[in-house]
Order: sequence, then structure tokens, then C-alpha cells
Amino acid sequence: MSDKASGEGIGQPVRRKEDFRFITGNGHYTDDISRPHQTWTCFLRSPHAHARIKSIDTSAAEAAPGVVAVFTGKHVADDELGGLICGWTVTSKDGTPMKVGPHPILALDTVRYVGDHVAMVVAETLADARAAAELIDVDYEALPATISLATCQDETAAQVHPEAPRNTCFEWELGNKAETEAAFARADRVVKLDLTNNRLIPNAMEPRAAIGEFDKGSGIYTLHTTSQNPHVARLVLSAFVGVAPEHKLRVIAPDVGGGFGSKIFIYAEETACVWAAAKVGRPIKWTGDRSEAFLSDAHGRDHLSHAELALDKDGKFLGLRVKTIANLGAYLSTFSAAVPTYLYGTLLSGQYDLPAIHVEVDGVYTHTAPVDAYRGAGRPEATYLVERMVETAAREIGMDPAELRRRNYIRTFPHQTPVIMNYDAGDYEASLDAAMKAIDYAGFPARKSEAASRGKLRGIGMSSYIEACGLAPSAAVGSLGAGVGLWESAEVRVNPTGNVEVMTGSHSHGQGHETTFAQLVASRLGIPMEQVEIVHGDTDKVQFGMGTYGSRSGAVGMSAIVKALDKIETKAKKIAAHLMEAAVEDIAFENGTFTVRGTDKSLAWAELSLAAYTAHGFPSGEIEPGLKEGAFYDPTNFTFPAGCHICEVEIDPDTGITKIAKFVAVDDFGTVINPLIVEGQVHGGIAQGIGQALLEHGVYDAESGQLVTGSYMDYCMPRADDLPSFTLGFTKTESPSNPLGMKGCGEAGAIASPPAVINAITDALGIRDIEMPATPARVWSALQSAAPRAAAE
Amino acid sequence: MSVVSMTVNGKPASADVEARTLLVQFIRDELGLTGTHVGCDTSQCGACVVHVDGRAVKSCTMLAAQAEGAEVLTIEGLAKNGELHPVQAAFREHHGLQCGFCTPGMIMTAVDMIRRKPDLDEETVREELDGNICRCTGYHNIVKAILAASQEMR
Repeated sequence: MSDKASGEGIGQPVRRKEDFRFITGNGHYTDDISRPHQTWTCFLRSPHAHARIKSIDTSAAEAAPGVVAVFTGKHVADDELGGLICGWTVTSKDGTPMKVGPHPILALDTVRYVGDHVAMVVAETLADARAAAELIDVDYEALPATISLATCQDETAAQVHPEAPRNTCFEWELGNKAETEAAFARADRVVKLDLTNNRLIPNAMEPRAAIGEFDKGSGIYTLHTTSQNPHVARLVLSAFVGVAPEHKLRVIAPDVGGGFGSKIFIYAEETACVWAAAKVGRPIKWTGDRSEAFLSDAHGRDHLSHAELALDKDGKFLGLRVKTIANLGAYLSTFSAAVPTYLYGTLLSGQYDLPAIHVEVDGVYTHTAPVDAYRGAGRPEATYLVERMVETAAREIGMDPAELRRRNYIRTFPHQTPVIMNYDAGDYEASLDAAMKAIDYAGFPARKSEAASRGKLRGIGMSSYIEACGLAPSAAVGSLGAGVGLWESAEVRVNPTGNVEVMTGSHSHGQGHETTFAQLVASRLGIPMEQVEIVHGDTDKVQFGMGTYGSRSGAVGMSAIVKALDKIETKAKKIAAHLMEAAVEDIAFENGTFTVRGTDKSLAWAELSLAAYTAHGFPSGEIEPGLKEGAFYDPTNFTFPAGCHICEVEIDPDTGITKIAKFVAVDDFGTVINPLIVEGQVHGGIAQGIGQALLEHGVYDAESGQLVTGSYMDYCMPRADDLPSFTLGFTKTESPSNPLGMKGCGEAGAIASPPAVINAITDALGIRDIEMPATPARVWSALQSAAPRAAAE
Repeated sequence: MSVVSMTVNGKPASADVEARTLLVQFIRDELGLTGTHVGCDTSQCGACVVHVDGRAVKSCTMLAAQAEGAEVLTIEGLAKNGELHPVQAAFREHHGLQCGFCTPGMIMTAVDMIRRKPDLDEETVREELDGNICRCTGYHNIVKAILAASQEMR
């Protein structure tokens, strides 16, 4: 890799190429796009958590001003459209496949959550569509709803799908039960904790939107949509839903305003827009409003767990056993089944040498919005459980939490955990040491006393997290039930003038790929970054790609670009050898110039690029004209970002308000291409994690199933004055599993921070546990009812 | 329907709209200035902040008709003669944006904040940003960018 000294090379904090359009108001998000003669649509949604649809009368709506068409589940069924799918099959411990109820695009005879899609009104304007939707007369027979995770498996609970008795989709297990039982049998101490991982609502700032179009002449459908993975959307819409053949469907995800997982999935609204566009013969536009986003975007987390940790007398971990009930909502969303299983159970070893682990997960249906991947996806739930257990164990045995972690860290690599993962590289103590130094861990008792003198309760908590990113080796995920491979593709097109277009299957919706990917390409080819264009998000331009989630775009997406660049260099050297009349082995390529070793012959990048296309005098059959190469990269292993976050809180006992006094994050992401962007990813992740720990909670009314937290008035988003500035640090062990040594940085903050915050709060309050979000009311109540830990001891 | 006229980014703008048309709809749908975004439906998120007669306003909370005759400035009108406003430049320099969706509202809020409070400190910036939600940045670099711009504009 020929890093340039110009400040654009790998590791440089290059300012983002994409910023100019965003800071001047020139971005192109889906809702900013209008198509000629477009219509608007809105969806009539179920007001009931569970009801039978006895009849739907759309006649008044159809006659309303401006209405073009009204569609219901019957129209969808008449067109024999498939339903929405879950692309990952989880098998229960008895060997049976997960039990899946149908997920129709528009409800046929039953609605299963508040916000479920009942009808679609297409009209000249959005106002017309909304007004007409109110005229649709749906005769519902309201039915009892199952909302509570704790009781949804009771025999008496209302059934979400007849296919899944006791609302149980799967009963999955991982690990070795017998070895784990044996570990507990010889343990000197067992620590037990019941933990809740609160339901979250993703809330990317751009609501979902779509424009469906159909060109009658060519038979080609086009869907503009807010997607993190437009090719996967096209595949599902063609192969499973059957809207159009794959080659007759173009999916474009233009500028996308954040995703955090919620825009991975293939939803009903986007599907309906592209399907109905052919029926009305005009483009159909839908822009979800925030209320719809709360109701119908896939939610995240929502686990109830019981965990037990076995230790010997020296504090060495012997075994971990976990029983988790994971909410899947009313329907299986695109990757939902994988999240509380293979993205959760596989990370329960944390950073620790844990010889025996056994985890059981029941995935269950409730009459609530579907639950799927949200920033971290399974890994935050695993980290929360492990790090709360470790902290609790340290307190129970009276050992410093840092010391207990040190005694149990994995120190040699590769390390095979009892739960599938094979950790390839890491240095966990290095990040712990750096974080403790950055927060002045030794000075904490003095700060606590000082806070006490002001009547405040100060606490400190840490979290040593690990995640599996770089999703993922296709063979590995295939053997675990994935319906897709998780490689990535890239194509590098060198133009005759020497500038370069890179088509990537990754999708940027805030991550800054247009900059980091260009840094990589420019540094490798020795050309300025402005001569590199990163093209993504359009199935007509990029052949295929798996998209962006799971912190995979660096480790997998950029690795594909590296492979394509390798091929470009190989061919360019061949051309250079021909032009300079030298042997290929004697050609060197550095800083954008080809030279013949041991001579003064040289050829600039632009000269070579032009020559590749003029092709004058190329020996026929030996060198093809042109300079364009593609590559698919399939990772050899997951990557394992890890680190240590430490949080210090100060609590006002009179109000229960928790203030984050200090927050330190030290992360090992392997190779960092652009530290400015990486730091930004960590900041955002921490904010979401602190949001989970202190503020955010998706709440349904236990009886009616109404979403209580259905707007920003009720769902507490982290705001600027809820958060401090963060102190970041980095350690580095390179991942041996991809050519750049990258690990991924997108989710670490959201994974690591919730247990750090809760460990700090429970430390400050001297209590064993507090449920997330630790709102002022909960903290205040805990203070009133709980005996201080010191007294209890 | 009634004709509403105002000055937007220094140019006269006029359209025949329904009385219920919000200022943000007028700006986006009638004038095609799509830099101003809609991120919520309860006037909480601040993605739609523009300046009306020099003051930051959530353009989803006011009717277009209420802006009759007003001077409206949107994100598209902030850079002058091809030169970025110091707040725009600071957002880029300090990586104060990721997906870019909240950014126009953040920048318009920040410009007004700096005008009203030239001696900003971190705590004040964080309080002042209470009406603008960002899901990407954790606000860290937004705060940094606003403080840097405010220093530069002193």
C-alpha cells in the first residue's frame, strides 16, 4: 500500500467528500425526488392490536376527490403476490424449523399489531389520499391481544399465528449443556441476575419513503427507496414477493438519512408502491411520517433474560447459563430470527475465557410491531448481559471489577469460544488500561467524596465489550440458516482520462463511504481523491451487493475493492510492460507512476489509462483493451472489534436525575482508514447506547396494545443536553481475516455503553440492578425503596 | 386556494396554495427547495428550521400564509457568492454531520444561536440544541462545530 504523504492516505482524517451537498441543502433523499405525473399514497393502518377483519367497504373512498385507486389485501391476493419473508431459518433444539405465520403485504382477514397495513389509497395529492383513507369502512371484530413478553407463552395467551402454538416461533439453544451443568456443580460461587433489555425504536431521522414506477414500454419497474441494501430488496421483491422479475426491477437507494438497521428490511409500504404503480400506470410516492415510523419500522432489542455465572474461589469464570425470551413482534421481519440467536448467543463469551456456556432462547410472537436488527443487533443484548453479570459478580465477591475482568480475559489468539466464534486477534487488557487511565480510575474515590459533599451520588461502571462484525463468511452463515451469502462486490472502472469510478455493493447512509473508499482507491492508485467517484445504491449501476449493516462495509466492502484494485494493477502492469517494452516482472507501480526497474523509463497513470482504451498496437489476444475489473470478496472469518468503555455518573438523589459526568471509550477497530469518521461513528453509537440506558423505551399498553410511545413527545430521544462530550481512545490489533486488517466501528458505541452506564448507576445507588431505561422516576424510586448496598452487606 | 407571496433566499416567491399549506410544504413542494427536511410530525425534531425575518423557526409549525411578505432564508440561501457560511464550513471541518438529514435544520438553528448569543459555551450550545434531534453524531461534533464557528464569527 503506497500511502501518500499528501494527507489523503489511509489513516488521515480527510474531510468528507459528501458533506458539501448536505450542508448546502443539495442532498437527494427519496422524499426530495418527484417523478412526472406521480400520485401519492397513504396506508390505512389497523387501530387494533388484534382483530378479525369482517369486511372492508372502500366505495366511499374510491368516490372521494382525487382518488386514483384503493387497494386491499384482496387485490394483493388476487395478484398472487407472495408475502414478506424472513431470510434466516432458525432451528429449534428439537430439530424442527421455526414456526412462521404468513406476513401479507396488506392484511387479508386478520390484523396483528397497531399499525398493521389494511388498505392503500392512491390519489392525486397526499391530502386527497389521507382524506379518502378516513372514508374506508373496516368492520373489525376486536380480539384479545398478547403484549406481555413474560406471559405470551402461557396457554391462555391470545395466539398471534395459529402456526405457532404458545406464540413460540422457536426454542433455540447453543453451547454445551452437560459441560455447563458440570461447571456449575463444581463452582464456589454462582451469581444470578434477571435482566431486561428494553425495546427500542430506531428513529433514523429520515422517515422511510418510496416511489414506485412502471414503464409500460419496457416492462421495467423502478423503486426509489430508503434502503441500506437495495440489491437485497430487489432480490426479495422479485424472488419471494414476485412483484417483477429481477432483471425487470431497478431499485435505487439515493441519499438515505440514517438507517441503524431499520432500513435493511423489506417492508410492506415500499413493496406496495412498486406493485401498485403498474396497476395505476403512474408513479406512486409514499413518504412515511414520524408517527408511522414509530408504528411500523421494525423495533429493536426487547429481551427478558435469566443468567447465572459460575466462578471458582479465585474469581475465575467456570460457566455461564442463560435463558432468554426474545420478542419477535407480530411477524418475522427480514433478519429477525437471526438477531436473538446467531448474533446474540454467539457473543456470550464476551472477552472472557469462559470454558462452558449454554444459552436457550425462545423467540416469541406478540401483537406488537416486528422486532429486528437495530444498531448492534443481538450483540448489545449479549454484552449487556455479560457485562452486568461480571460487574455484579465483582461486587458480590468484593473484588475490583477491573481486576475480575483481568483474571478472566482471553490472552491468546486464535481463541475458540464454546459458542461458535473463533476470535482472531485482540488485546483486551490494553483497552482496559487505556480507558482506566483516560478516566483517571484511581482518582474516582476522591471524586465520589467531592460529589457526596455536594449531596450527589457518584458512580463508576465499566464495560469490556466484544462484537462479531464483518458479516460474514458465506459458508459459515449458510450452515447456520442464512438464506443469503454475506460477501461483498466491487467494480473499479478506470476511464480513459485516468479518473476512476468504483461501484460498490455497500451502501452509505451516513457512514461516509464516498470519502473512506475514495481514500483507499486514491492512495492505492496514487491519484487525487477528487478523481475517484464512489457509486452505490443503484441496482442498474452496481451489479450486486449485500449492503451495509453489521459494521461490514470496511472489512468486507473495502476488501472487495482491494481485490478489484489488485486485478487493476495486474492488468495495468501488463499494459505498461508492453508500452515500455519491458518484462512485466520489471514493472513497478508507485505514487501513480509505472517505472521499469533499473531504467529511467516511466509512464504516468493518466497516460496508461488512455493507452488502455486507445489500445493501439496491443498484441492481439494477449491484452484486451480497457481497464475495468470486478471482484467479490467473501470473508474468511468474522472480525472482532473490542474495547473498554467506562462511564461515570452523578445522580441527584432529590430528583433521580442521572448526569453522565464522564464517558471514556477505548476501542480496537484494527486498521482505521479515516479517524475523523471512525470517531463520529463511536460518538453516535454511544449516544444511542446512553439513550437505551437512560431515556428510550418503546412501550405498548399491556391491555389494548396501543403504542404509548408513538411520538417524540413520548419516546425520549437523546438530545444534546442529555449527553456530555466523549473522550475517545484507540488501541490496535489488526484483524488477520481481511487484507486491510479492519474490524468495523459502526456499532461498538451502542453495544458497549448501556452496561457501562447501568454499572455506574447501580454503583452510585448501591443497588444490585435497575431496569433500563434508568429514568429519573426509576432511580428516585430505587433510592426510596432499596437499602444501600453497604447496609445490605 | 389563495396566493401567498414572500421573499425566499433574496428572491420573490409566490404560489397559489391551500390555506392549510405549511411553510415547509410551500418551501419544498411549491419552490422545490428540498434542503429543508421533515423529520417528525410533532414539531420536535427541528429538521425543518429556516429563518423567517432573521429568526429561526420550525417551518412545520407555521402556515405559509403566516409568512406572507416575510424574508425567508433556507439552507440553500446561506452560502453567499459560492462561499460557505462559517457555520456550514465548521460542520464540514469538524464532521458535524453523518447522514445529513438533520443538518440543514441544525445549521440554521446554529446560525441563529450564534447571532443571539455571541459568547457561547458548551453548556449553552447543548441547551439551545434542545429542539433539534440528531440520531447519528451523538451531538459531540455538532457542538464542537458550533463553538468553532462562534469563535470564528466573533
